[in-house]
Order: sequence, then C-alpha cells, then structure tokens
Amino acid sequence: MFESLSERMESAFKILKGQGRITEINIAEMLKEVRRALVDADVNYKIAKQFTDEVKAKALGQDVIKSVSPSQMLVKIVNDELVNLMGGSKSDIQLNGNPSVILMAGLQGSGKTTFSGKLASYLKKKGKKTLLVAGDVYRPAAIAQLKTLGEQLEVEVYNEEENKNPVAIAQNAIKYAKTNAFNVVIIDTAGRLSVDEEMMDEITRLKAETNPNEILFVVDSMTGQDAVNTAKAFNDRLDFSGVVLTKLDGDTRGGAALSIMSIVNKPIKFVGTGEKMDALDVFYPERMAQRILGMGDIVSFVERAQEVIDEEEAQKLQKKLRKSQFDFEDFLGQLKQIKKMGNVKDLMAMIPGVGKAIKDIDLDDNAFKHTEAMILSMTPGERKNPELIDGKRKQRIANGSGTSVQQVNQLIQQLFQMRQMMKQMNMMQASGKMPKMPRGAGMPGLKR
Amino acid sequence: MGFFDIFKKNKAEASPSVEEKEKASDLAALDQGLEKTKTSFFGKISKALVGRSTVDADFLDDLEEALVAADVGVSTTVKIIKRLEDRAARDKYINTSELNRILREEIIALLDEQNTTQTTNFKYPSDGNPYVIMVVGVNGVGKTTTIGKLAYQIKNRGSSVILGAADTFRAAAVDQLIIWSERVDVPIVSRGMNADPASVAFDTIQSAKAKGMDVAIIDTAGRLHNKVGLMNELTKIKNVMKKVVPDAPHEVLLVLDASTGQNAIEQAKQFIAATDVNAIALTKLDGTAKGGVVISIADQFRIPVKYIGVGEKIEDLRPFDKVDFINSLFKD
Repeated sequence: MFESLSERMESAFKILKGQGRITEINIAEMLKEVRRALVDADVNYKIAKQFTDEVKAKALGQDVIKSVSPSQMLVKIVNDELVNLMGGSKSDIQLNGNPSVILMAGLQGSGKTTFSGKLASYLKKKGKKTLLVAGDVYRPAAIAQLKTLGEQLEVEVYNEEENKNPVAIAQNAIKYAKTNAFNVVIIDTAGRLSVDEEMMDEITRLKAETNPNEILFVVDSMTGQDAVNTAKAFNDRLDFSGVVLTKLDGDTRGGAALSIMSIVNKPIKFVGTGEKMDALDVFYPERMAQRILGMGDIVSFVERAQEVIDEEEAQKLQKKLRKSQFDFEDFLGQLKQIKKMGNVKDLMAMIPGVGKAIKDIDLDDNAFKHTEAMILSMTPGERKNPELIDGKRKQRIANGSGTSVQQVNQLIQQLFQMRQMMKQMNMMQASGKMPKMPRGAGMPGLKR
Repeated sequence: MGFFDIFKKNKAEASPSVEEKEKASDLAALDQGLEKTKTSFFGKISKALVGRSTVDADFLDDLEEALVAADVGVSTTVKIIKRLEDRAARDKYINTSELNRILREEIIALLDEQNTTQTTNFKYPSDGNPYVIMVVGVNGVGKTTTIGKLAYQIKNRGSSVILGAADTFRAAAVDQLIIWSERVDVPIVSRGMNADPASVAFDTIQSAKAKGMDVAIIDTAGRLHNKVGLMNELTKIKNVMKKVVPDAPHEVLLVLDASTGQNAIEQAKQFIAATDVNAIALTKLDGTAKGGVVISIADQFRIPVKYIGVGEKIEDLRPFDKVDFINSLFKD
C-alpha cells in the first residue's frame, strides 16, 4: 500500500541526476516527497512541514559522500533529525512517592486497561508491591476486565462495585495502599474524548486529588491527524509526564508519535507490542524513526557505506570494473558485504531503479547461499580467471557445492553479463546517460 | 454549526451536579461563540474566490490542507484536487457556489454509490433463516459497543435479535456483551472466556435458527490485521457459520475508529481478504477526529460505510449520510 520513502525518493532523484551537492533547487522536490511520506505515515501535516523546513536548513550545502546518492544522504539527515526529536527527552518511570501514584489517561479504546495490567506486571517483576485501581466506572465490564487481569498477574485490584465516583475510589485506594504498604498505585480510568468537558473535568479532579507521580497519556499508535488535538487537549488539562504508545505490534507507521512529541514535548515511556501481559517495551527512538519513514535498512546502509567502503578500496574496485576484470573473488566479497549489511531485499531496493523491479519478488536472505557455495567450490585460480572453467571443472564445482552444472553455467554467465553491464555503466558515467540492462543480467540468486 | 455538533454529548445520565450542569451549558455557549468566529472551509473558499473565475493555487493549498488534516490521505487528496482542476478547466467560468457543489460531487463520487442502505431496510433471507451479522475489527475500535447499539436499533423496529459472545479472548469481553444484552433486553449465547470462538458462533446461529430469530450478531475478538494466525481464525469463524445457514454471514461489518489514520486502509484490506467485509461502521465521530480515511477505503475497495458511532449512549448509532459527512470534513 505505502510506497516506502526510498521509492519516493527514487522518483524525486531523477531531478538530481549526478549532482554531488545538496542545493536549494534540487532539495525542494525531495523534501516534498519526504513531507508526503510523513503525512502518509500519519504525521500531522503542519508538523511534517515544520520538520522538513528544519531538515532543509540542515541539509543545504552539505557535501554528498561519493558512495551514496544525494537522495540517500537526505534520507539520512531526515532520519537523524527524527531520532533527535524523538529521543530528545528520554526518562524513566518516576517511582519516588510512597506509595507512587500512576494515573492513566486517554481516549476510548487506546488500551489503558491492558497497559495498566502490563505495567503492574512489569513493576511486580521489579519487586514493587503494586495495586491496580479500577477507576473506569462507565464502560460495561471495565472493572471485570481489570479484575481478570489482576487475577492472571496475581496483582491486587482495588474496586468499589457500588461507587460511581472515580475520584473517591482513587482516594480510598491510596489510603488502602498506605495502610497495606503498597509501593505503587496504578489508577486505570475511563476512556474520554478531549471535547467531553465533564469527563475532562473529572480527570483534572482525579489529578488534583491523587497528586500522581506519573500521569501517562495512553495513545493508539494507529492514530491519524487528530493525535495533535487530543494530545494537546489532554496535556493542557493534565500536563502529563509521559506517553504510552500502544498496538505497535500492528503495521502502522506510527507517525502520531512524532506529532505528539512535537506538540507536547513529553517522552514516550513505554510501547505496547502485543496482547500478552509481558508485551511491554521501552521506547527506541531509532526504530521509531525508521518505522515512520518506512525505509528498513537504508540509514544503516548509508552509515555503513560511510564506514565500510573506504575510498581506497572503492577506487581499486572501480579500476577493476573499468577494465572488466571483475572476478569471482570480487563477487564473493560483494556477497559478504551484502550479508553484513543485512536484509538483501531492502538493500537492493535502495539501488536506484531496482526498488520497483524487485518489489514483488520473493527473496530471502538465503537467496545467495547457492551462489556462495559455488564460488567457494572454485579454486583461487578459477575465481580469478573464470575463463579457465571448462566442462570437467564445472562438474567438480557442481558436485562440491551441491548444485547442478546448469546452475554453475548460469553463474558464470551472470558474471560475464555483470562485466558487460559495468562496462556500460562506465560509459554512462562518462556520458551521463543511464545504462541499458543487458537481457537476463541482474543479481544472482533472484527468483521471479 | 456543523452536523456532528448535534451529537455532542450531553452526558445527563452520568448525573452531574446542578453546578456542573450550569458550567457545562456555559461552556456550550462559549463553544457556540467561538463557532461564529471560525470560518468554515466553504466560507474560506467563497472568500478566496471573490472576483475570480479560476481555481488558484492558494485555494488548492487550502483544500489540500483541509483534506489531509481530516485523514483523507495524500493520494486520495491529490485525486480529489485533480478531479476538481479538470472540472474547473472544462467548464471555464465557475462561480463559488458551483465550485462548492462540484467539490462535494467529486468526493461523493469517491464514496460508494451503494451507500443508501440504512438500518431500517435489511433484506432478511427469504428462507426463514436468521440474517447473520459478523462484526470484526482491530482492538479498541468499539466493536462490542457498536453491537449493543445495533441490537437496540434492530429490536426497536420490531425484529428479534440474538447476540453471540465470540470474543472469548480479551479479559471480560463476554461480560461486557452480556451487560449490553441485558440493557437492550435481547438473548445472548455465551460459552465463557477461552471457549472456541468458532463454536460460539456456530451455537449462536443454531440457536437463532431454532428460536426463529430475525437477526444474529456475532462479536469477535479485536485483532491486529497483520497477525496471520488470528486472521485465519476469523476466516474459520466465518466459514463455520455456513454449516448452519449456507449464505451466512450476510453482513460482515468492519468497525473502524474515526481517529485512525492511514493504517485503516491496510486494516480494511486485510479484513476484506480474511472475511469478505461488505459494510463499515465508523465509530467515535463525536470526537475531534474526522475519519476521512473512509473516503479512500470506499473508493479503493467499493465497500459502503453503513453506520457511524456518535456517542456512548445506546441510541448513538446512526446511518451514514454522505452529505453530512462531507460537510463535517470541512468544519473547523
């Protein structure tokens, strides 16, 4: 459904054609794509604009590293900015009261009750004597839900069946916790809309009367543009201390996280990643940034390209390529590098022009296993001079690698095609034109 | 005042004190006051267009902003704008009111034309079998609440309803549906927590058939659409119904939360694949979220939005009305 940011950048990349420096002119189209990708990931459109303006300021005039394209470079800047923004105010859960009081707040269905259970389980494991308080007196069976979770976790649940006043229940619960030496009191509350004045008044009173150490705003990671309004309304009333992002085990890009952090500047303290009571995770800004951008390994690729491929080695390889001396040793080296860099498909998708072509190809990380086995079954001489490989040698290589002679033939064919392709790419680099791919050429091990 | 304002909750049943009530009405008055100073989107259009005969870039930017802010999504927004530009280019001299009309028309065109079905005209099976509604969706969208409200509406117009508590997974989900069945005063089939959901669905439909009920509504556990095992389970629950009533379920109702962003498209896609969804209920429209993503969903998958949820009270489920919905998109 969603085009990844790298795909979008690929199309914007056309405009850049061989430009080695990020300038005012070439950045505009790419930033538009970034902005759209962010909005598609549910980042609020105003925040997306503000964000790309900041990125622009950072990116202008930056030199582009030789081994990456300007678009990849820009994606990295975007990513770094995102990580910065989201990891800026990291902090742990505050447990300095006696007992510590934690108040939940959020919309209906955001996952407050489930998260309350998870948090209780988490704190119990840390040796805290924890009391859950059933403060949702409105939704049918909300109290029963918390009680069921409490039984499962062997955590005590405080509730008053007949009492319809959450503020009084919470006050009584804290008294009870003090008397019975609980360390932590977690107050679950009813879901409420930010426009519901009465309910917002209620939670404001809950805050005033229980004086919580933590107020956690629980928000569904699938939330769209409205996340800013809701977060702002809750923060205006409660000045909450942290955010909990739930249902991250879904496939949402989770742009709401960025919107919320920009608008209220509060840390994301936990993320929910499943329905089981231990599916609670701390928040990793890097993962979230990549998720929002939908770009898999591209950032680490750029980073590794900066580290791994040093200029000298690259020049040596380039020289070989130019002379069409690319051999099986180089091939093997490339395979190893690819494996080191992680997911093959993501990696290949970043090569301009390849992304779209391999979108629907079923490709796993083992795709190169046979290729690697065949090359390893060759003698060093054969690897350097593939021309040496005759029928007898092919049979030996096939036997040694558990493949067939046809597969060995194919591999050798591919190497020659790659040489030819690289020759054309050299010519292209010289003339500034895009190469024509020879028929059947491409990465080995790819199955359509 | 926009359409959805009439649904703004007056939470009288929560019995607030007199003082609180006064405060609430003060706030309502304040709200109305603010409303006047706000210019509606269509108002803005009028201003932007005074004395002009063509659609200009500023106007399109405003339009893009309004649509995107309502969760319509970039590609559908671009599509709407493109259609508007094409129309404007074709009929050269259009005035403000025409432009408003065209904009509405273009959005309506994206919403499925079958959207006329209402709660009041079910086509019950002619063979005397119950009309089976299966309710699906991700966690926390309001499936159980929607079922309670739907049962109330169906019962109110003189049909008999039975509920099936096939969410046997989430803590106290069965209890929650039982409470709704008591409120609405309709029978329920439940086998407790952790029972096999498919057999609960089977029993419910069998019971509905034996009792000669008009409608059976099956609740299911919320599940994220990318969990293959859980989605397969849903397919199984659906298929098992056919053993009792061959053409059941007659309606697979996907419940979407209006505050959900672009992920709702993926939700729709996966639930359609697993259960042949043929109707959508859009919940929580009484908040500030606009639910614009359903335009993309209706356009892409040709599935009509049938109901909207506009509050927590039992009567707060309404038939979907395209025109009102579009007006609400452009309300500040």
